Amino acid sequence: MATKREFLESIPYFTGLDNAELDSISQLFSERKVERGEIIQLEGKPAEALFFVASGAVKIFKISTEGKEQILSIARPGESFNDIAVFDDGPAPASVEAMTPVTLYRISRDELHTILHEHPEVALNTTRVLADRTRQLVSLVEDLSFRHVINRVARVLLENAGDGSTSGTRLTQQEMAAMVGSVREVVARSLKDLEAEGTIRLERHRIRITDREALEEMAEAAT
Amino acid sequence: MPEMPKIDEEKCDCCGLCISACTCGAITMIDNTITIIETDECGWCTMCELICPNNAVICAYEIVFDKEA
Repeated sequence: MATKREFLESIPYFTGLDNAELDSISQLFSERKVERGEIIQLEGKPAEALFFVASGAVKIFKISTEGKEQILSIARPGESFNDIAVFDDGPAPASVEAMTPVTLYRISRDELHTILHEHPEVALNTTRVLADRTRQLVSLVEDLSFRHVINRVARVLLENAGDGSTSGTRLTQQEMAAMVGSVREVVARSLKDLEAEGTIRLERHRIRITDREALEEMAEAAT
Repeated sequence: MPEMPKIDEEKCDCCGLCISACTCGAITMIDNTITIIETDECGWCTMCELICPNNAVICAYEIVFDKEA
C-alpha cells in the first residue's frame, strides 16, 4: 500500500500541489482501520470528517421507510465519502458501511476548511470532485424516478428465460444493467423488489419466474 | 460441487477487493492470480461481482420459467 503522502498525491482533491504543500497537508490526515460490516457513518448524523479509502471498499447507501437498502455508490481505493455533509455542515445524507476490512485516511471538517482557505487549487479541485459526484447522483435519480427500470428488468427476464426444454440465457446483474440502460445497483434492487412481489424467486445462480402473467404485465408497462 | 463465480482474467487486475468482500473464503490469490475455490458455503451473494471495479467477476444467473408459472 502506498504511504499516506503518496496516496494523497494520487487523488483528485490534491492534484497540482507541490511537494511542500502535500507534505504539509498529509500531516493533517489520520489513519483509521475498520472491520468488514462496521458502520462508519450513519445517515442523518453529523459528519465530522472527510474520509478517503486507502484500501478495501465501502458502500454508501440509504434505507427506505420500508427497510429496503439502496446502494448509491461504492467507494474504492482513491475515492472519498462524506464530501457533501463535510462541506455544507449538514447531516450525512447517507450511511456508510465497510464491505471489506478497510483502511481510511481521515481529515476533520475544520482542518479541511483551513486547507481550502490556504490552497485555492484544492478549492478548485473540490469543485470538480463535487460536480462529478452531482452528475453521478443525477443519473441515479433519473434511473430510480423516471425510467421504471423494474419494468425493463421484467422484460429482460421474459426475453431470456428458458422454458424447461431449452436452457435459459445466463446473465449477470451487470449485463442486465447494460441491457436496461441502468447500473448494477439498481438492477439488484429491482430483482429484490420483484422477488418481494412474488413474481420471481432468486435461487443460487438461478432466477425462477414464478408468476409469468404478472411479469408480462410489468414488461408491457415498459413499452 | 456447486457452480461458482468465475473470474475474467483479461479484465482482472488482481486488486483483491473480491477476496476481502467474500464472507465464505471462496476467493483467494494463488501465484498472483485471483482463484475461486469450490465450496458449498458460497450463497451467491454476488458481493464479489458488485465490488469489482473492472467487472471481472461473473456471477451469472440462469433465467427459467417455473413449471407452475
